[in-house]
Amino acid sequence: MMTEKSTFTIEELVEKAGLQIYCGADKLKTGVTGGYASDLLSDVMGNAREGQVWITLQSHLNVVAIASLKELSAVVLVKDIRPDEAVLVKAVEEGLPLLGSALPAFETAGKIFELLNKE
Amino acid sequence: MLQTYKVTGGDFVNAGKASSSVKGILKQLNVLAGLIKRVVVALYEAEVNVAAHAYSGNILVEIESDQVRIRVTDSGPGIEDIQMAMKEGFSTASKEVREMGFGAGMGLANIKKNSDTFNITSVPGEGTTVEIINKLTD
Repeated sequence: MMTEKSTFTIEELVEKAGLQIYCGADKLKTGVTGGYASDLLSDVMGNAREGQVWITLQSHLNVVAIASLKELSAVVLVKDIRPDEAVLVKAVEEGLPLLGSALPAFETAGKIFELLNKE
Repeated sequence: MLQTYKVTGGDFVNAGKASSSVKGILKQLNVLAGLIKRVVVALYEAEVNVAAHAYSGNILVEIESDQVRIRVTDSGPGIEDIQMAMKEGFSTASKEVREMGFGAGMGLANIKKNSDTFNITSVPGEGTTVEIINKLTD
């Protein structure tokens, strides 16, 4: 868990962690308060906190619903998993940035953790 | 204020719509963010439970100035052993549901944790009713 008042933005995260932007290019100034890595949706529902980025390999519609309900700052899909069209449409509708990492969850989380910890 | 929503078994696309709607209403009523979060987590899990286990369900949300009372009634297989179902990690979800990342046996526990008052009754072969009551003031 990082500091709650982080000024680290999604834009910096994208740049420094080498992430792809699938959607949400207009939300890049949003602050990132930390991260949560999990593929269990109830775990995220119960434990992720507002402003965190969610690192996961799950890429279906419910991921967008949960990220939006929990007011997470972005979702980072690992291993080059791409969201399908319906998921993209929903994410745009909810104003949720969907990002992509070429690396597996462990490395992606490690990188993001390191970046946020430097702040 | 009285709101009703429907959930269809197997329909994960629309699971979460009631939570999203209730969240919007509570925000408009200027309920504290922390209290809204609890309601949203509990209701979302209840919606997903209907989608994952039941044939159909009705959600009744009564919002008063000081509390919200949610009743989710489904017609479905019901729960044989509620004590067991309440245990974290216990799940009867299908393989498909688990592959989506649901069915980790955390849903009912999450609901209970995020409810001020939580009641569950079930008739095997008929269905399950979950009641969630949360205060909207500190």
